[in-house]
Amino acid sequence: MATIAHLTDATFDEAVKSSEKPILVDFWAEWCGPCKMIAPILEELADEQADKFAIAKLDVDANVATATKFSVMSIPTLLLFKDGEVVARLVGAKPKGAMLQEITDSL
Amino acid sequence: MTDHTRVLIIGSGPAGLTAAIYTARAQLKPIVIEGEPSSTTDQPGGQLMLTTEIENFPGFPEGITGPELMANMRAQAERFGADLRVTKVQKLDATSRPFKAWLTDDVEPSITADSVILATGARSLMMGVPGEERLLSHGLSTCATCDGFFFRGQDIAVVGGGDSAIEEATFLTRFASSVTLIHRRDTLRASKIMQERAFANEKIKFAWNSKVTEVLGADRVEGVRLEDTITGETRELSITGVFVAIGHIPNTTLVTDSLDLDDAGYVKTMHGSYTNIEGLFAAGDVQDHEYRQAITSAGSGCVAAIDAERWLEAQGFSH
Repeated sequence: MATIAHLTDATFDEAVKSSEKPILVDFWAEWCGPCKMIAPILEELADEQADKFAIAKLDVDANVATATKFSVMSIPTLLLFKDGEVVARLVGAKPKGAMLQEITDSL
Repeated sequence: MTDHTRVLIIGSGPAGLTAAIYTARAQLKPIVIEGEPSSTTDQPGGQLMLTTEIENFPGFPEGITGPELMANMRAQAERFGADLRVTKVQKLDATSRPFKAWLTDDVEPSITADSVILATGARSLMMGVPGEERLLSHGLSTCATCDGFFFRGQDIAVVGGGDSAIEEATFLTRFASSVTLIHRRDTLRASKIMQERAFANEKIKFAWNSKVTEVLGADRVEGVRLEDTITGETRELSITGVFVAIGHIPNTTLVTDSLDLDDAGYVKTMHGSYTNIEGLFAAGDVQDHEYRQAITSAGSGCVAAIDAERWLEAQGFSH
């Protein structure tokens, strides 16, 4: 089973830069209903798409600096990083198919 | 392959899940189509997934969060054998029985059902003014609990004058320096306790007799243009966030061709949850613009479950 890493302000830059595969970061918080809705989908994608991209999570409550740096103003926000650069930005909860399509288009 | 069920429940808010608990306990093995993840509408769990603390649902003296309450209801429905599916009904044919529902684009229906309980709920109305769509998620939001956090120390506004507008404004004062409540009239529609809470909150300011005519800002909200509803004068209010809470519209897309709707577009029900189509019952916000509470919605879901069960029995359908 692929694991989903929990990033923090301290570990974020290094994790994103050193990732061999593109990495999808889920900006979420405990109090966010839509974030909870997509959590199981992300777990499925982490398994099914493990060879194409990695998935990590960042709790915006505890890591305001990173959320601010990437102008996250609405959660859930998913940012796809490729070679350290943001190549896709998905805002709001979406069905699995739509989510995967947007990610795949940007890989 | 087509699945057949005695009861198909469309929607998974308090109405849909209460109907699921009751019909499952009555051994009717309901299929529940929950909806798909979304931050605005049709999400599994319904509108409560976008709220925080619920203080008026009986049985929770200390309150409970919306998402938690819905997770509990879902677990309860599942425990009694409801078949819960996280997907959306694309099309519903209610012209003949058994009813047919499509979850895909296939020619064959995915589900046939002897009865249907429609509990598709309602969604937030948007203002329909210039700038609104462009700035959605860039400072304009319909979900204070999702996005409020990002307005720490900022001056923001809530549009609306009902309970949900006051609830959002009060919640947002946790983060924002000030929250201006923009309302068309000079009195609030909200319940007395909510009004008192708002008036007592120093961070909440009021822009009475005002309507938003434009949301301003290039790539993020910088303000709103307001028109005075009495004098017609316009002015600009400088703010960095706008939360829209001006009301709801029912999710009736699946049934607009077949069901009788009232003037406001809500499904007409009579004698409990009966609609003009025999075997099709409606519960929750899709048929209620009067009360719109978690508890009334759950109550009407129970009514629909009992109506459906008795109707099925009268038709001679065995369990």
